[in-house]
Amino acid sequence: MSSQKRNKNSKAQDRTSQGRNSFQTDLSAWTVKQGPSNSDSILKHGQANPMEDYELANDQAEDDLQIAVGYFEKGPIKTSRNKDEIFEKHLKTVENVAWKNGLAPEEIDILLNVALSGKFGNAVSARILKCMIPTTLISEDSVVKAVSWLCVGKCSGSTKVLFYRWLVAMFDFIDHKEQINLLYGFFFASLQDDTLCPYVCHLLYLLTKKENVKPFRVRKLLDIQARVGMQPHLQALLFLYKFFVPTLISVSLPLRKKIYFKNSENLWKTALFAVRQRNKGPSPEPLKLMLGPANVRSLKRKWNSHSIIPMLNSSSYTKECGKKELSLSDYLSSNGSFPIEQLQSFTQLLQNIHCLELPSQMGSVLNSSLLLHYINLVKDESVLLRLYHWLSQTLQEECIWYKVNNYEHGREFINFLDTIIRVQCFFQEGFYSCEAFLYKSLPLWDGFSCRSQFLQLLSWIPFSNFSEVKPLLFDHLAQLYFTSTIYFKCSVLQSLKELLQNWVLWLSMDFHIKPVMTSPLETTLGGSMDSVSKLIHYVGWLSTTAMRLENNSTFLLHFILDFYETVCDIYINYNLPLVVLFPPGIFYPALLSLDSSILNQLCYIMYRYRKNLSAAKKNELVHKAKSEFNFSSKTYQEFNYYLTAMFGCLWTSRPFEKGMHLDPKTLEKAGVTEYKNSLNLVYHPSLLSYAVSFLLQESPEERTINMSSIRGKKWNWYLDYLFSEGLQGLKLFIRSSIHRSVPRSESINYNNQH
Amino acid sequence: MDPYVTPESTPEHSASSRLKNYFIGVTPLQRRLESVKKQTSFVSTPPRRKIPQCSQLEEDVDPQKVAFLLHKQWTLYSLTPLYKFSYTNLKEYSRLLSAFIAAEKQKGLAVEVGEDCNIKVIFSTLLGMKGTERDPEAFLVQILSKSQSQSENREGKALWTGWFCCVFGDSLPETVSEDFTCLPLFLANGAESNTAIIGTWFQKTFDCYFSPLAINAFNLSWMAAMWTACKMDHYMATTEFLWSVPCSPQRLDISYAIHPEDAKALWDSVHKTPGEVTQEEVDLFMDCLYSHFHRHFKIHLSATRLVRVSTPVASAHTDGKIKILCHKYLIGVLAYLTELAIFQIE
Repeated sequence: MSSQKRNKNSKAQDRTSQGRNSFQTDLSAWTVKQGPSNSDSILKHGQANPMEDYELANDQAEDDLQIAVGYFEKGPIKTSRNKDEIFEKHLKTVENVAWKNGLAPEEIDILLNVALSGKFGNAVSARILKCMIPTTLISEDSVVKAVSWLCVGKCSGSTKVLFYRWLVAMFDFIDHKEQINLLYGFFFASLQDDTLCPYVCHLLYLLTKKENVKPFRVRKLLDIQARVGMQPHLQALLFLYKFFVPTLISVSLPLRKKIYFKNSENLWKTALFAVRQRNKGPSPEPLKLMLGPANVRSLKRKWNSHSIIPMLNSSSYTKECGKKELSLSDYLSSNGSFPIEQLQSFTQLLQNIHCLELPSQMGSVLNSSLLLHYINLVKDESVLLRLYHWLSQTLQEECIWYKVNNYEHGREFINFLDTIIRVQCFFQEGFYSCEAFLYKSLPLWDGFSCRSQFLQLLSWIPFSNFSEVKPLLFDHLAQLYFTSTIYFKCSVLQSLKELLQNWVLWLSMDFHIKPVMTSPLETTLGGSMDSVSKLIHYVGWLSTTAMRLENNSTFLLHFILDFYETVCDIYINYNLPLVVLFPPGIFYPALLSLDSSILNQLCYIMYRYRKNLSAAKKNELVHKAKSEFNFSSKTYQEFNYYLTAMFGCLWTSRPFEKGMHLDPKTLEKAGVTEYKNSLNLVYHPSLLSYAVSFLLQESPEERTINMSSIRGKKWNWYLDYLFSEGLQGLKLFIRSSIHRSVPRSESINYNNQH
Repeated sequence: MDPYVTPESTPEHSASSRLKNYFIGVTPLQRRLESVKKQTSFVSTPPRRKIPQCSQLEEDVDPQKVAFLLHKQWTLYSLTPLYKFSYTNLKEYSRLLSAFIAAEKQKGLAVEVGEDCNIKVIFSTLLGMKGTERDPEAFLVQILSKSQSQSENREGKALWTGWFCCVFGDSLPETVSEDFTCLPLFLANGAESNTAIIGTWFQKTFDCYFSPLAINAFNLSWMAAMWTACKMDHYMATTEFLWSVPCSPQRLDISYAIHPEDAKALWDSVHKTPGEVTQEEVDLFMDCLYSHFHRHFKIHLSATRLVRVSTPVASAHTDGKIKILCHKYLIGVLAYLTELAIFQIE
């Protein structure tokens, strides 16, 4: 075991892996393994490496370190002339290397021994302890050996304190902790020492497992508490004990306590950071129980809860109640269960999913993204029931317009609703509690407070029979809708669009998972489709009326057409047998709009309607038997009517030939005798500016522009110009409906197959 | 023309009562929640109720315990089902709760469970305090102080008392599951701070939720009618109504006391269906009182708010406070309170 034997060219990296892979401290074995690195260094020396100087310096340092460690291990050479000088030099060497690269497990092993044996005196022990910084890891055996020195009584109190501080700071770098845990009783006994107590508490806090919590230890801690009073370190340890065995001890933490332990890490702060950097990868941030301020909110509420959503606490409380005589299997299972407080990563969740302890208050899962995964999987109905009851009552209790207006409280309620909405988005479905809450509270809603949250909740209402929900929800909403600003109307339409999307998505999934439904009310898909179509018609009615109220606002029309973009694609996108057209009150304002983007959106929607209806027709021809979902010819007629109107206006310049009669005299009075082409692609009010730009682009010098020149070939160029200006909806619409081979607009064969 | 003409606003209760099981289980979670939904049938105010009667079950009730519950003012709470509550563990709960209270009172100081502290917590069942066999057993929690000079057989002063019960909880969803105990009505007597501590412990331990149970004027009128309808051998207390007029700087209270026999006579004159009380009769009864008052004082009581009803059977305040006076109709009073509590938790 002589350090001189050690190879001077050994590298720190090798040692690192050594330390990680084997846990022996037998240095001779280690030395043998180091052999091959000789050749490495020889090779290195042979090369003309720019790093050579650095390597050399490193090697030199290593060399010195070995000598220094050997020196400390053997003790000072008595005969040496300038022994203080040599001693100081060696100590400096150790300190430098330690702070720069850290020490190998073996070196730490030796130096710990030296420090705690106290053979160089207190001051030196302290200096050595302060530089016990591992390269990556510390061997558990070294720690156990070091602890054995504490029993001999050779080291002073201050050394002991420093050692415990060191142990706490380096705790995460100790490779194993089983042996150390066996010394639990020894550490616990050290609590007697008042100077050591804070540090030992911290160590025990890190070390304690459930099986370490024993009634006699609880009593001892309470004795100490009685003697020294409420010390933060003691409280933390007691709290941990309570966490593990709530049936033995009860403690409630004061709200404003922040730091539980004196910061033992201060001395090694930079070094610890460096070691973590070196270790980065396998060893994550240490797992510590959440305690103190992180969990405590400032607002103290009635019923002693600090926030609306309860804290995560595992349910060991109820589980252990009444089990006075624990059987062996109970012991095994309780050891096997995984407390949710320690759950920090998805991998942990997967590894412990079979033995996860559920929280004592189910509402707390809302704050834990990991547990939400679990809740989504769990088959246990009681879990959902607990969540349901809690959520229903909390929503009802916290709802702000049942209470006196309180800004602070209002913010909190909004945050709470936001949390719920996030969770609903995560689950991709609404809670029944929220639905019931809406039924109760919507009639009382002012349409202003928590508007965005409320409307989002609305869009997550689970699929239901529209006729039944309407009086509970939509009738109340309609009153607010008609009497509120255009912005409110737009928000409502937006959330109704989301509601429709959610409904058809659920139905499409359900329809394709199990075609025959076993529900109490709507036993057929037809029934469900009826409900969806009623919703669409209802929104159609809301939209038409709002258009009248808001003077055909373009802004509002955008939101309305957004809704119909979802509606027109239900057949293809969601594979559901439903096509509902928009009402004339939407179609005509959109067709005659002054805004080209509206016209473009309308064209796109017409294009999608066409696609959906064609697909439906094709399907009908293939499966004649499934006649239940055939669309009535009325839908096709309606569509063709709209299509004809659009072509009459935009393309053939024969607007409204069918179904609309304009008295020529009226037109004459208005001064518009030539009205026929005034709505085609050139003269349409929303496209006129495009036509002008197009002509100016053609011949920039022209003083007067001849709009009627856009015909024939030029008509086609004009179309290309429009498409290039971003009117993609128009492009799709025209390309799909018109055979472009025909050059003249007059002879268009628009496809009227339906 | 439009098919969607907004109908007249629906009465307060019927809106929610129409909520029935129209749900289709679609995604897995939804299907699992479907059973939850089935239980979400909102209790509507039935048009008629039974006049409280002496039920047979009441015979088993320990008269001493009943006497203990009477003539005390109780604050009402509704309570969601208790999860994993077990009647066999009451002793254990006593130990845990007393340690919890001790720890709460001396924030930060840890307390050993089972340690001798200066309070004593007793959990005990209230046998027979229920309407039907299906109702779970009611139980009582008492917090007693241990005074130094206390003699051996005398218990200390009661600091706080609370009890949990369910009387004719039939409108509750067919019992949720065996993990849950439905005791929707909680009554507390003692310092509010103690109620908060004990409520917190229950919420943490049994994942339940307490909400204060207020009684609105509508339900107070029902109580007035039902309790007036009760047959009494002799009347110990008067019948009194309290109306509140919201005016500043101080609100004005109008008290209206009637001799209970006169009240009964009035009731008998409006009452038609034997053994039952209907909404119509309740309205008529109250209207008679209003018109009588108006004739004398030219004040329309219907424009004010009814805040308290006291009868020889019981008295109730809109804040959710109740005092039960007549032991014969204890169960009947609790049955109506249970109904209100169930309405609140659903």
